[in-house]
Amino acid sequence: MKVPYYPGCTLKTKAKNFETSALAVAKKLGIELIELPRWNCCGTVYSLTDDDLIHHVAPIRNLIRVQEMNKNGLVENDHRLVTLCSMCFNTLKRSNIRVLENSDDLKKINDFMYLEEDYEGNVEVIHFLELIKDIGFEKIRENVTNPLEGLKIAPYYGCMLLRPKEVGIDDPEEPVIQAELLSALGAEVIDNPYKKVCCGSYQTIQDKQVVSNLAYDILMRAKDAGAEAITLSCPLCMFNLDSRQKEIKEEHPYFNEIPVFYFTQLMAIGFGLNEDSYGLDLNYVNPESLLLEKNLIRRNNAK
Amino acid sequence: MIKKLKISNKNQEFLAKVEELSGEIITKCDQCGICSGSCPMVPEMDITPSQMMRMVQLGESEVMESKAMWLCASCFACTVRCPRGLDLSRVAEALRQMKLRKAIDHIDIKKLPEDEMERLPQIALISGMRKFTG
Repeated sequence: MKVPYYPGCTLKTKAKNFETSALAVAKKLGIELIELPRWNCCGTVYSLTDDDLIHHVAPIRNLIRVQEMNKNGLVENDHRLVTLCSMCFNTLKRSNIRVLENSDDLKKINDFMYLEEDYEGNVEVIHFLELIKDIGFEKIRENVTNPLEGLKIAPYYGCMLLRPKEVGIDDPEEPVIQAELLSALGAEVIDNPYKKVCCGSYQTIQDKQVVSNLAYDILMRAKDAGAEAITLSCPLCMFNLDSRQKEIKEEHPYFNEIPVFYFTQLMAIGFGLNEDSYGLDLNYVNPESLLLEKNLIRRNNAK
Repeated sequence: MIKKLKISNKNQEFLAKVEELSGEIITKCDQCGICSGSCPMVPEMDITPSQMMRMVQLGESEVMESKAMWLCASCFACTVRCPRGLDLSRVAEALRQMKLRKAIDHIDIKKLPEDEMERLPQIALISGMRKFTG
């Protein structure tokens, strides 16, 4: 099955490990994620003001690429657009909803991009987690050769996968999709109410203290509930919860670091895929000692 | 005795502008405070989200000098819970835009320390620039 795929800026650099693990996992599941030709930045945040249309041009242009892929045979009649990054997902999906609900907006955007073909409004933006759910967690279970037994994981959702309601992939107050996936991988799921509390997002460039305070609360809640690691699906959440542990450590010297994974990294480990696809070297908090302790990776390959 | 609030024309204009930009009918807010109880940024804010809404209802343009509107991370925690169906993230965005569209940037990206620039992922820089600069 070939499905159009939108990577976004950070998945090609700081979050390369998210992409390599996801592509490997998808391949194992028989899905070929076909990268959009000539994709452009989605804008990262959905423009919230009513009179602002120009910031929806970039997301809609990406949706036109999906149309083109169907026309030139890169994919066969598949108008889904899969994203991995939660922020890209939210921005692309919301812009799509805006133009579908407002034909004047769509016409203006199409007129503005007169060198492109018109956007016909038939693309469906989905998150990779939704694709996995469609395939079924039973299929995930069948592919597990290296079960994550004994690994206590707290899934973290953040904001952009869940809110607002019309965009979210799960219940905005009690999401379960990552928990179901982690159970299928054999891990022990640790629930805690901070799984949907914002990590501070872009506040990280304005005031890192604000973000490290929030990150400390989120991580401590997970640790207090018994978690040994966190999973998530957003490169910005990853930075705030993983990299900002440096700042947390400066503020709270007795804080023990806790590894943070993209959910796809744990899938790749559970599927027993080639260790090159894990990309563990890009995680700020080194997860290798935890994985070695649980016999999930081999010592000679640990970096 | 019922005391009626008098709102000046100037204040009415401010309210109308925020309603136009945000697309939200701000007078619908009942001041129940669920937003303030849901907002993860409240401990850092000078006024709470519900106070922000009240100030806008009364057309008090001083709200534009608040820290709160810049601390909103657009996480939509308040949005999914507001019993009046209001989207406060859009109200905060409208207030920010009223500054940014006058070319008054909230941060100077060039002043970020070099080690931060190296560490920060693109997604942080782009989203931050979208929210804090015009």
